[in-house]
Amino acid sequence: MEAISVVFTNLPFLLLGAWDTLKLTFFAVLIGLVLGTFIGMGRLSKIKFINIPSTVYVEFLRGTPLLVQISIVYFGLPQLGIQLQAYPAAIVALGLNSGAYIAEIVRAGIQSIPKGQYEAARSLGLTHWQTMRYIILPQAFKNILPALGNEFITLTKDSSLASVIGVTELMRRGQFVITRTFQTFSIYFGIALIYFIMTFTISRIVRYIEKRMAVA
Amino acid sequence: MGRCVYCGTNYGAIFAGTLAEIKERGKLIIGTEPTFPPFEYVNENNEIVGFDIDIAKKIAEELGVELEILNLPFDSLIPALMSDKIDLIVAGMTITEERAKVIDFSIPYFNANQAIVVREDGNFKPEKLEDLMGKKVAVQLGTTGDLVVSEIEKVSITRFQKFTDAFLELQNKRVDAVVLDEAVANAYVKTFPKFIISAVIDTGEKYGIGVKKGNTELLDFVNSVLSNMFKSPYDLLVEKWFEETK
Repeated sequence: MEAISVVFTNLPFLLLGAWDTLKLTFFAVLIGLVLGTFIGMGRLSKIKFINIPSTVYVEFLRGTPLLVQISIVYFGLPQLGIQLQAYPAAIVALGLNSGAYIAEIVRAGIQSIPKGQYEAARSLGLTHWQTMRYIILPQAFKNILPALGNEFITLTKDSSLASVIGVTELMRRGQFVITRTFQTFSIYFGIALIYFIMTFTISRIVRYIEKRMAVA
Repeated sequence: MGRCVYCGTNYGAIFAGTLAEIKERGKLIIGTEPTFPPFEYVNENNEIVGFDIDIAKKIAEELGVELEILNLPFDSLIPALMSDKIDLIVAGMTITEERAKVIDFSIPYFNANQAIVVREDGNFKPEKLEDLMGKKVAVQLGTTGDLVVSEIEKVSITRFQKFTDAFLELQNKRVDAVVLDEAVANAYVKTFPKFIISAVIDTGEKYGIGVKKGNTELLDFVNSVLSNMFKSPYDLLVEKWFEETK
């Protein structure tokens, strides 16, 4: 049946897009993790110069559509003299966006650690940063792992929005195949399946790490 | 033929995409939405090909530079041109008053006739645009079809990013017709005989190549390439033997 075979004949073409989707997501998550960790801690800071910008960042990036953010990074920044190619622009936009969500996850993670842990570490002579680095964050990380996995999966799917600035990830490549073969339904279905395989794998990996950490 | 009058001066550095800058970087960057066969689409080898692409190749060739093609959704093309991501829009883009307010257009190079496509097995077979009154119509966002249908009274329009999605809507019987460019409609109904073209409307509108406003050097160059392409070998002979001797 042509509707099914069209997916298979174009599979290598689509899988290249899936690989781009994975790379896009990976780098965005990396940016998001670094940003999110610092901004998440910033949200809990008692210093206003740190706390207020962190809060503004989270509220703004969480409160505006990712589609708009991608368009701003790609089409808007050139007005300020910053020219980014589509691929880096997508990574930056997705990374900045996930930074806001991860910041909230990190904040919740830190708050989940009983205050006594912090007080004990400080009374043992550790500085604020040492306490964060060696006592609070490692424990918090264990607690927030499921939420981080969730964010990773969300980002994998959201990366399809990068197709609006011409990044040839899975969704965009699917559109190319559709206009070549006109097999709209089966290609969309094939894409959905590939996305599902990716997110399901991520979810299994996160689950595995969770189990390993529970033992440790 | 256009000449690079300002080559060797700094004139071209004022804004991106002037002739001097294109020659300096050694490539012409065009933007297109390669989901519009036969004008532009991605073939099995992941190459963007089509009628428009061959025109763009000709322009690059005349400039003596490489051609780089940036694929973008149709409604992102004008923003990309305005933010200097691309030098030209070569995307089967109809010259409209609205668009001409923000970008410049080359001389027309193709007729943007619109086809009304309906289900072959249905009862609805419109013969003119007015027949769509009170009906549900699917179009591709920002295309000529969208513009023409939007002017009809009491019509309910669903706009899609891809014209193939518009056809899926027609197949699913959620709309009564799809309106899109004739050449593209022809290619589609040939593959899917369950749809037929019930009418072709001469909109009098035409495709043009988009150039950033104020970039007259590049615009003149594109126009000269296009008008030379329109000339038959016969026209060229006439020009050679009768006009140049004047």
